[in-house]
Parts: sequence; C-alpha cells; structure tokens
Amino acid sequence: MENNILLKVKNLRKYFPVRGGIFSKIIGYVQAVDGISFDIKKGETLGLVGESGCGKTTTGRTIIRLLEPTAGEVDFEGENFFKLSKEKLRKVRRNIQIIFQDPFGSLNPRMTVGDIVGESLLIHNIVKNNKEKEEIVKDLLETVGLNAGHIRRYPHEFSGGQRQRIGIARALALRPKLVICDEPVSALDVSIQAQVINLLEELQEKFHLTYLFIAHDLSVVKHISNRVAVMYLGKIVELASTYELYENPQHPYTKALLSAVPIPDPTLKRQRIVLDGDVPSPFKPPTGCRFHPRCKYIKPICRQEEPKLIDINGGHYVACHLER
Amino acid sequence: MEVKLKEKEKFEDETVISERPEVNLWKDAFRRMCKNKMAVLGAIIIMVLFIIAVFAPYIAPYHYAEGSLKDNFARPGSKFLLGADFMGRDLLSRIIYGTRISLSVGIVGAVTAFLIGVFYGVVSGYYGGKVDNIMMRIVDIMYGFPTLLLIILLMVLFKSTFAIATPGTFAGFLNNIDRAFGGLFFIFIGIGVTAWLGMARISRGMALSLREKEFIEAARATGNSNLQIMLKHVLPNLIGPCIVRVTLAIPGYITFEAFLSFIGLGVNPPTPSWGMMISEGYQAMRSYPHLAIYPGLALAITMLAFNFLGDGLRDALDPRMK
Repeated sequence: MENNILLKVKNLRKYFPVRGGIFSKIIGYVQAVDGISFDIKKGETLGLVGESGCGKTTTGRTIIRLLEPTAGEVDFEGENFFKLSKEKLRKVRRNIQIIFQDPFGSLNPRMTVGDIVGESLLIHNIVKNNKEKEEIVKDLLETVGLNAGHIRRYPHEFSGGQRQRIGIARALALRPKLVICDEPVSALDVSIQAQVINLLEELQEKFHLTYLFIAHDLSVVKHISNRVAVMYLGKIVELASTYELYENPQHPYTKALLSAVPIPDPTLKRQRIVLDGDVPSPFKPPTGCRFHPRCKYIKPICRQEEPKLIDINGGHYVACHLER
Repeated sequence: MEVKLKEKEKFEDETVISERPEVNLWKDAFRRMCKNKMAVLGAIIIMVLFIIAVFAPYIAPYHYAEGSLKDNFARPGSKFLLGADFMGRDLLSRIIYGTRISLSVGIVGAVTAFLIGVFYGVVSGYYGGKVDNIMMRIVDIMYGFPTLLLIILLMVLFKSTFAIATPGTFAGFLNNIDRAFGGLFFIFIGIGVTAWLGMARISRGMALSLREKEFIEAARATGNSNLQIMLKHVLPNLIGPCIVRVTLAIPGYITFEAFLSFIGLGVNPPTPSWGMMISEGYQAMRSYPHLAIYPGLALAITMLAFNFLGDGLRDALDPRMK
C-alpha cells in the first residue's frame, strides 16, 4: 500500500509575508496554505477544488517548489523534495511537471513551438542535437493532437486550445510521473474544455501519468478525478473518492459548494445552499474552524478548536466537529 | 460549378500544413524589415556611411588637414566641390573624414550602452528585491547628476589634468591613447559612463515585468538555471525594444560629440568632426553659409537614417507583426 503512493504531502504551509509601515517590516502573514496533508497514489487523479483565493494554485506551485515552502514536507517516491539542493532539484524536477492555467502567458512569445516543447530535452541531455529534438517534438505534437508541421510556428499563431495543447506537450516532453494541472481548462471555452479534458485522460492512460488536478469547476473535476480534496481558506476540509464526495458530502462547505453545481435538467429543482458573507481574509483567518462564521450548524467548540482531518469511513476524510 | 470546385481544391490545398523552413528570430526579423522601405533606406544610408568612413582616404579628394590660405573661404566649385573652410581645407574631404568620427562615437556609445546597460538591467530586474534595490539606487545616483555637466566635468578633467600627466603613469597612458585617437578616446569614456544608465533602467523595468510571467515559471519547472532563464527567456523578450532604443539613441551620442566639439571640449583640431566644422563654420555663417550647412546636412542625414532604422527594427523584431 505504501509503495503505491507517489507523492506524500505532509503539513505543507506557505505563508506570504505582508509588509507595512515606513520600514516595510513584516506585519503579518497571508496564510495561503496552512498545513495541508494528502497522498497521491500512482496512476490516480486527485482533484483539488475550492473557490478562488483558497490556496489551490499555491499548493500546486509549492509542491514543485516554484514557490519556496514555509514549512512541511513533500515526499516524492520516498525522497523529500524540499530538502534537495538547487542543483539536485533541477534534475529531480523532470519527474514532476506542471500545466499552467493561462495558455497565453505560459508560452514564451519569442520561441518557436519546437523550442518551447523541446527545450527541456536539451537541458536534461535527453537528446544530443536539434535534429533528435525535433523528432521527439514532432511525435509529441502529434500525440497532443497538433500537426507536426506546427513545429516552427510561434505561439501567437495558435488558438487558446491549441496553445494549451502546446503547454501539455511541453509538460510531457520529459516523461514525468506526476503532472500538476493548474486549472488547465478554466481559460478555455466549454467545447474546447471537453477536448482538452479528454486529451488529458488519453494521455494518462498512454503514459501512466498521475495528475494533481486543480480546478474550481466541480463538474470537470467530477469527470476526471478518482479522488477529490476540497479546500477552504488554506485548509483541506474534505477528502474522499469522487463518488463518495459527490453523493455523500459531509462537510457543510462541501454541501454548499455542490449545491451550486447547475443540473442540466430544467424540470429538476434543487435546493441551493447559499452561504452568508464572504470568504474571510487569509491574513486574519477566523479562530477554530475556519468555516465557522459562515456555517449554519455552528457549535461552541467550532469557535475555539480547529477540527482535524479524520477518516470517518474508509478513506473519507472530513475536518468538521459535527462528525464526532 | 467548375469555379466552385477549383475554390474547394484551393482551400483543401491550404489546409495541408506545410512545414516551414527553419527560421530563427533574427532571420525572421530581417525578412520583415526588408518590407519596410524607410528602414531599408536608413540601413542603406548607414551602410554607405560605413563604406565612406572605411575608405575615406581613397574617396576624399584631399587630406582633411591639408589646405592653403589662399583658398580660404573658397566657394563651391570645380576645385572644391563643397567649398573650403577658413584655412583653405576642402570641406567635402573634411566631411568624409568626419564620418569616421561620428560613426565611431555612435557605435561605441551604442555598444557600451547595450552591453553594460542591458546586462545590468536584466540582472537587477530578474533577481528583484534587495539586489534590484541596491543596483538601481546606484543608477539613480548617477542619473541624478546632470549628464551634460558630468561629461563636461569629465572632459575638463581629462583634457587638463591628464594632459600634463607625467608619461608612464596611468593618466599619461590614457592621454597617449587619446592623442592617438585625435581626442576621441575621452569622448568615448564620457559617453560610455553615462549612456548605459537609461538602458539599464529600461531593461530592468522590462525584466521586472517579464519575471512574473508564467512562461518564466514554466522555464524554471523544466529545469532551466537562472542564467539560462535570463539568457533564453528574459533577454530575447526585451532585446527588441532595447535595440530600438539604442538605435534611436545613436543620434544622441553623435550630437553629443558634435556639441562637445562645438564648445571646444571635443576632438583636438585638426581632427575633422562635424560638430567642430559647424562650430567653425557658423562664425562666418552670414557670408559663407555653406561652411555650416553641409556638415549640418551630413549630421541630419545620419541621424535620420539611424532613426528610420530604429523604427524599422522595432517593428521587425516583434513576431506578432506580419
């Protein structure tokens, strides 16, 4: 069982310092990610959902150390990713790649598609010269549904969906084991979203990939994920298999979130749970349970004690006092 | 019906995506620049000026320092195509030799501005934070000092103190070089000291905004080192505007030399600098306007040519322009 785990995140924290005053002293921290733990098994897709600002993207970027973590551990195949030296990190990183949200900002406008996709091959000495590189890049372009003839074009000549495919090809070039998909479809329109999602699924099968799929679109996550983690204000509030989470949500926040998903049937009426107020600032998160100011079922303990993420039913984790 | 069929055929032909020949940014830019007539004109003028500068001794009818007083203030005619100055020196020959001075000043200024400024700016902007703060405060301090005043002070220092320096010392060594350059070397230093500041600021600003872009993060995720990111991802994205800026600044350096020579702090006579010639010519402007007009014209054409080229480069270096 243990061997099956590809990535183990333990107590990951990322605080951003907030500076103020005349001497720009650190006056506090934005607790973007505040002590989250989860595992990703080999070959699975873990969805990570939550509203904007809850720390999903920060989690993804901290895991591959694009942002330096404040605390915590990430074990990738038994090696602590956060303890690696810069030089070693660059080498190990080829196993974890990332697909970015914005297909327009994530491609260097001055490089051809061939250079963008094949750059990493040269860096990691997988190919020796440009000719070998181009062979692999052409293959990759075909794999992601582009034409091999696109190799010498510039990114601005492509549509959003095509650019995202280029981004996917770049992430795949190194044959990574884990791909962090940072809202890979939220910048695309719905018809293209479906294509890209299907592509990601095909690729997962073909290359035996493991995905950490970050998104805010619940139906997309339901479609692609094996397990789903729900984040709220820098914490994971619920983590369960996709079926379990969508059919039997336990945390009041998850319930509210799921009730907001539109049902493609106008005759069906579903009761929406509308939450009061806004997400509190991660600069001064509420004491106790972070969700308590907006929770209908609040108990006195919720204000004082932070609930732990506990297993209630064979792999269904919830962080809520109501479940005790 | 047939027409329609043909159209369809044509359409289908176009959907076949043909692989382009291998291109790179520079070849592509060159191709685009060739479409811009003004830029090509500017480039041609600059090339002609280069040829003139290199082959000045073969093109010029006389040597720039040779003349006799009986020819002084000669009108343009068969002996002197553009006339002669107050010492009876052929104006055309002096303008031709002057090309060397102006172009070398422009190029040395551009190269120092580019090499020092862009590198400094990219490092400062890419690392950001404290590094950026310290590096940019240095630039600010130097920038705060009036450029003109700084150069004049430098020139005065060089020309007076260094000129009486004992041979064998460093100052004496510099002075010897300067004398060999006809007074140009100290101008190079003066322009070099100040020219890179603006470039550093511009490239720093662009590097600062570029480093927040997702493709920089992507580059880091694929395993690029900081140096590689700076060279492959930051630099190519800001080099276009920097080249444009430097090309547009070249006329500034040329004018600077002309100005310094005009007020007597520039090259040593009889080195034929356009600025010096204008300065000598304007004293007799009323009676002999050609003495100031022709060197002025040469200066104006050179500056325009560099400006056209700079504009053309700006358009050409942007792959989004077709």
